[in-house]
Amino acid sequence: MTLPSLNLLMQSILSGIFIGSLYGLIGLGLGLTWGLLRQINLSHFGLVFLGAYLSYHMATVAHIDPLWGLLILPPFFFVFGAGMQWVLARFAITPFNSLLATFGVTVVIESLIQSIWTADYRRLESDYNDMKFKVGSLFVPIPELITLVLAVGIAVAIWAAMRYTDLGKALRAMAEDAPIAAAFGINQKALSLGLAGMCSALAAIAGVCLALTFTLAPSQIFTWVGVVFAAVMLGGLGSPLGPLFAGILIGVSEAVTMAVASPSWAPIVSFSLLIFMLLLRPGKS
Amino acid sequence: MNKTISGILAAGLVLACVPWLGLPAFYESFLYLICHWVILAMSWNILSGYSGYFSFGHGVFFGVGMYTTGALAGKLDWPFLATLPLAALIPALLGVLLGAVVFRVKAVRGELFALLTLAVTFVVATIIINTPIDGGPGVYLMAVEVPKLGPSPGSSLYLLALLVMVATALIAYTLQKSKLGVGLYAIHDDEDVAEVMGVPTYGYKLLAFAVSSALAGLAGGIHALFVQYVTVGETFNITVPLTVVLMSCLGGSRHWAGPAVGAVFITCLLYYFTAGNNPVLGKAAVGVVLIAVILFMPNGVMGYFLKRRANQAAERSRALEAAGQVHASLPVVVSTPAPRPAPGSTEVLLETRGLSKAFKGVQALSEVSLTVHKGEILGLLGPNGSGKSTFINVVSGHYAATGGSYMFEGRELAGLPAHQVAQSGIARTYQIPRPFAQMTVIENVIMAAMFGSAAMNRPQATEEAMKCLEFTGLKHKAESLPDDLNLHQRKFLELARALASRPRLVLLDEVLSGMTPSEINEAIELIRRIRDQGSTIVFVEHVMRAVMALADRVAVLNHGKLLAVGSVQEVMSNPEVVSAYLGKAHA
Repeated sequence: MTLPSLNLLMQSILSGIFIGSLYGLIGLGLGLTWGLLRQINLSHFGLVFLGAYLSYHMATVAHIDPLWGLLILPPFFFVFGAGMQWVLARFAITPFNSLLATFGVTVVIESLIQSIWTADYRRLESDYNDMKFKVGSLFVPIPELITLVLAVGIAVAIWAAMRYTDLGKALRAMAEDAPIAAAFGINQKALSLGLAGMCSALAAIAGVCLALTFTLAPSQIFTWVGVVFAAVMLGGLGSPLGPLFAGILIGVSEAVTMAVASPSWAPIVSFSLLIFMLLLRPGKS
Repeated sequence: MNKTISGILAAGLVLACVPWLGLPAFYESFLYLICHWVILAMSWNILSGYSGYFSFGHGVFFGVGMYTTGALAGKLDWPFLATLPLAALIPALLGVLLGAVVFRVKAVRGELFALLTLAVTFVVATIIINTPIDGGPGVYLMAVEVPKLGPSPGSSLYLLALLVMVATALIAYTLQKSKLGVGLYAIHDDEDVAEVMGVPTYGYKLLAFAVSSALAGLAGGIHALFVQYVTVGETFNITVPLTVVLMSCLGGSRHWAGPAVGAVFITCLLYYFTAGNNPVLGKAAVGVVLIAVILFMPNGVMGYFLKRRANQAAERSRALEAAGQVHASLPVVVSTPAPRPAPGSTEVLLETRGLSKAFKGVQALSEVSLTVHKGEILGLLGPNGSGKSTFINVVSGHYAATGGSYMFEGRELAGLPAHQVAQSGIARTYQIPRPFAQMTVIENVIMAAMFGSAAMNRPQATEEAMKCLEFTGLKHKAESLPDDLNLHQRKFLELARALASRPRLVLLDEVLSGMTPSEINEAIELIRRIRDQGSTIVFVEHVMRAVMALADRVAVLNHGKLLAVGSVQEVMSNPEVVSAYLGKAHA
């Protein structure tokens, strides 16, 4: 174990914040469907990667600025997410079975990605890649900064919507007790479809951010599962801001572990946090 | 010998002949893979399928077994066979250790248990890759000698896996049919009720976890030699747990053989696509199959057949009812009544002293000191929220008392886990019936007879259960699932379960609520007969007609305190009781 220089440590913490915001952004959609619809949507990870590959494709093949993906992709993903919710609701699936069924969806998406873009690593090359600026002695890369801004902006917007709009209140009532909410005139079915669609659209946005900052491979889909689950559990199911804070906490602790110990020890941080969270959390789920 | 056991052994013997048939070596490795996955899926099912604790951490036990053999044989040059006992033992210890922590936390069930076990997989993987067990480059086993069982090394490995598979099938089958299996199924359906009915839930879960992990570790140990090169990335990933879950769900996790059916199917499917040079399509096919199975057959192939059998039984009982062959009223009691102690007996059966229970700030039960005499029927009255149900929950061991003590037949019970309370002779019913939803009516009752104070073996318990069903008028529903019963039948099932354990003390929690007047008459008659069989009864009730008809004495609770005890007339004229029910008169 070697103590890194102060500058290196600060840079690590900064990169931890950046990657943590991506954890939070991915976890946002996952946690909302989990907490509000009682579905553990593993296919969220598949959709994030699908979004990432599509923006990669748009940028490298069609030469469109990858940021356009933020506008083009979400509508399609919305439709897909709402459609999937329609099927799951029709079969009145239990939370555990939703985990299994959406795992099936993820595997299909993974196979699809693999057959279109092969199992090789892909990197989105765009003008943003090398853009960065310097604050004091710290480098701030633009793609990471875009991710952070989007993650914070969207989380705050959803938090405000859930707190202050009637639609948000209806959602929270539905999550608390769906039959009673329905008795008070809440259109549970339409709300669920809309929420699932929105979460899936969030996956598309997270996918664009992922493509801007990371190298892609289909086999990578599942490497994100553990750490994002940890962020969601830590931040609280159904909470819009929780996963972001928890994601950043995990990101920073991972980055510091990498700087102080070695990169190969990093996974232990998030997973130990997840284990302790599960064991020490008060009774309610 | 049992037909299933001889079937498993015969199948094993036939499969053991394959290496001498002169088939191409490819068949041996294919059959090896089938055995490998069958062991993993069946062993997973012993904990997760039977008890409902779905683990996503099966990969960790498999992986630790793999690395035990890998490190010992590959790095320390142990002979391969000598590593296998440890490849089973170390994962078993890990499972017990993990279970000892996790099973103490009530909230970690269902999907949370799945996540936690998955997280453990990655923690263990990180430790292994950063320590000399692996250290990063992986472990080679090329130089390790394969023990000679068959004509070639490949066939020897196949025979070894086959041996373990046969053993796993025998273990899975015997466990399912044993008392442990019955207890695990009860845990699956309703863990709290299982505990209250006498199942040592904590110990059973640990035992199942240990067996399940040991078998997975053994499969891992053999697999280390099969692949000859062990890496963390290939071992501790999400593929193993998910494939195993998929196989079991596909085959049906409520049947010991379900996972085997699923494992054979999925392995063949994957092999078919890999052989056709299209592994990507194979993967997608597995995904599609998984989605289809979860949506259309949520209980798997074997579960589908089990369900069909239950449905047919339900049909038959409906037909019987329609044909008017079932008595609407209670049938004649067959069992001989035990001598009833003379009324007014003063032999103390249960004595509580200052019994208290607080939930955070709320004092639900405060300093209740009460004696229950042998052979009496004691009515427990009080307004809503006065602590009647809490009293039952504390005495049955479901809640631990926060103060005071209670003696049953001269033995201190406070602080004992609920299953020991049940085994010492106290049974209870629930106000809202809580039958084990996926067990048939008779299995529900058999289970109570096996685990309660009677502690019968299965044949005895079956006989007793039949008697109890006859006694409660549910005989024609014996093979139905509890979902097919109406409320009053479910309440009588609660009574049948309480009776089957041959309790000396029965605690009845509002059995009569929600019943029609004529059903209440039946129930009153039934409760009398339960007493005449030699049980003492404490019952919570709001139906005053029943209290008048049944109670030898009544006790009144208010705000958790005992207000009065005595005969119905005495207590009802007590001014404090009157004001508790009707409020204080304004002067």
